[in-house]
Amino acid sequence: MVAGIPTLWLLVLFLIPFIIVFRISFSEVRLAIPPYTPLLSWRHGAPVLQLHWSAYRFLFTDTLYVSSYLYSLKVAAVSTLCCLLIGYPMAYAIARSDAASRPVLLMLIVLPFWTSFLLRVYAWIGLLKNNGVINNVLMYLGIVHHPLALLQTDFAVYIGIVYSYLPFMILPLYANLEKHDGTLLEAAADLGARPLRAFLRVTLPQSFAGIVAGSLLVFIPAVGEYVIPTLLGRTDQIMIGRVLSDEFFENRDWPVASAVAIVILLLLVVPIMLFQRLERRQLEAAK
Amino acid sequence: MKLDPDSAYVRIANLTKRFGDFVAVDDVSLDIRRGEIFCLLGGSGSGKTTLLRMLAGFESPSAGTIRIDGADMSAIPPYERPVNMMFQSYALFPHMSVERNVAFGLEQEGVGREQIRRQVGEILDIVKMGGFGARKPHQLSGGQRQRVALARALVKRPKLLLLDEPLAALDKKLREHTQFELINIQQRLGVTFIVVTHDQEEAMTLGTRLGVMNHGKIAQIGTPSDIYESPATRFVADFIGSVNMFEGRVSDDGADYLRIQCGELGCTVRAERTVSCTRGATVWTAIRPEKINISRQPFGAGAPQAGSAENLVRGTVREIAYMGDMSIYLVQIDSGRMMRVTLPNIMRGAERPIAREESVWLSWHGSSPVILTE
Repeated sequence: MVAGIPTLWLLVLFLIPFIIVFRISFSEVRLAIPPYTPLLSWRHGAPVLQLHWSAYRFLFTDTLYVSSYLYSLKVAAVSTLCCLLIGYPMAYAIARSDAASRPVLLMLIVLPFWTSFLLRVYAWIGLLKNNGVINNVLMYLGIVHHPLALLQTDFAVYIGIVYSYLPFMILPLYANLEKHDGTLLEAAADLGARPLRAFLRVTLPQSFAGIVAGSLLVFIPAVGEYVIPTLLGRTDQIMIGRVLSDEFFENRDWPVASAVAIVILLLLVVPIMLFQRLERRQLEAAK
Repeated sequence: MKLDPDSAYVRIANLTKRFGDFVAVDDVSLDIRRGEIFCLLGGSGSGKTTLLRMLAGFESPSAGTIRIDGADMSAIPPYERPVNMMFQSYALFPHMSVERNVAFGLEQEGVGREQIRRQVGEILDIVKMGGFGARKPHQLSGGQRQRVALARALVKRPKLLLLDEPLAALDKKLREHTQFELINIQQRLGVTFIVVTHDQEEAMTLGTRLGVMNHGKIAQIGTPSDIYESPATRFVADFIGSVNMFEGRVSDDGADYLRIQCGELGCTVRAERTVSCTRGATVWTAIRPEKINISRQPFGAGAPQAGSAENLVRGTVREIAYMGDMSIYLVQIDSGRMMRVTLPNIMRGAERPIAREESVWLSWHGSSPVILTE
């Protein structure tokens, strides 16, 4: 019975919506309510299944879609790498700090979640815009004479994503690093390994599972990120989440929007499966 | 001053380690000779592990110096010390195979691939783990892990090996077997061992010399028999083996003997003079259980001269524990105190063994009591 509740949850809130979207992606757009053609129609008293591939075909004819997919993957990959480079030292430092201060440090990591996500992204606009805090300070100090174009750049998107998703990198890494046995590093030092080598040979390989978990937790949502690139990002190159929303709400082309969503899902299936396999392996190792 | 290299391979001088207000190691001075197995023996919190960690370089001394082979170790980080350590938890790298674990130390030195393979193979053979190179640590039993840890610590052929409770994680049978193997390997490779242990039996069998530690200080240093037969303090006498201890007052000090009036014992103790003390001084008489004679009649074998009540008390057997190789008798002597006496069971089915609640006489030779002044 207990196992049935998550299954029911997934069925109602994931599988059924997925089937609806999947089904719409094989329709054609029309001016009606609903704004897409039905898959099944009755002709001569018999049901006829009409699958339209036009939405998918359209994705590969207009370069907008392909370039948006590639751009999204690139932004997500670079952001994930930045999160890892910033998050790993932070997670390491928290895991190595004394036990009394760890809860406080973890609290500081989670604390930004207590304010609205949207508000935090808006705050970055105030910091990055032409007469924003950063430009004003730089000009006041005489470092620059004209305001730097920070907003509506890739840089702003990276900052927004890294800032928002960093905790998702830090927490699994911390959970991993915190369990490490300090004696192993002593053993490495005792056998002649300098601190950096001991880290590379002992700590890093053992934290691999944490790195993968944190990276996927950042990468997967970052690919479909909508709010951050819309508020902070370029206008000439949009991410796929924005494309999806524009198709739905601006163009009212539900089949193409659904096809966009299905292709995102296909792109993310590989990392998601990787993530699940890793989790299963860890569960087995824990036994 | 030029040091004789064989007299002190490791020279620890006035070593102190404080953690806040707690003094873990308190002004310890100690020389360890080349090629010996030196056992640091003590209870938990006695400072033995802290001392070992300072030798390895994991803790830096608050005061004092450590010299290994004449070189001051103060500024030398652990990864540059000519010392290897076998950890109590073994600290094997879980993500590496046995071979990779053992090779780790050699790889840090930039030894060639072929030579690493040869040396790893050799040392794994020595610890009898030749066929296990490809296994991961979690695929090994406790005893096998212990061997791999030993091989990893020995593969760089250190002059000095530190062993932290090397046998604590093994069961009793395996422990006894491994003890002798450790000694065997130590002699074959000519390594100096410093072993930390809380197990006195382990220390006695392994060690050529022991250092008994208490509250951060060395209570006594000596060979196992020195420590057992001539403990220097009440702590050492009580910590190593079991002992019957009675407070008394020196009533007569001759040239080669002492007489001690022991109220708790209810008789006078006449003991060989081994310590200097004056008449009237308070001392403690320590007698090992196996050095006491138990008999139905007074003045049995090894009893004192007739007519005196020296080294002789009467009591009643309250408890007998049959251990197989020997029996332990708990005798309540007439003063009310309990005394512990052990007798080896030499004969099978002795004719009329001493039974519970039987009245007996306890006596001992003048060389048996150890007189302690502190």
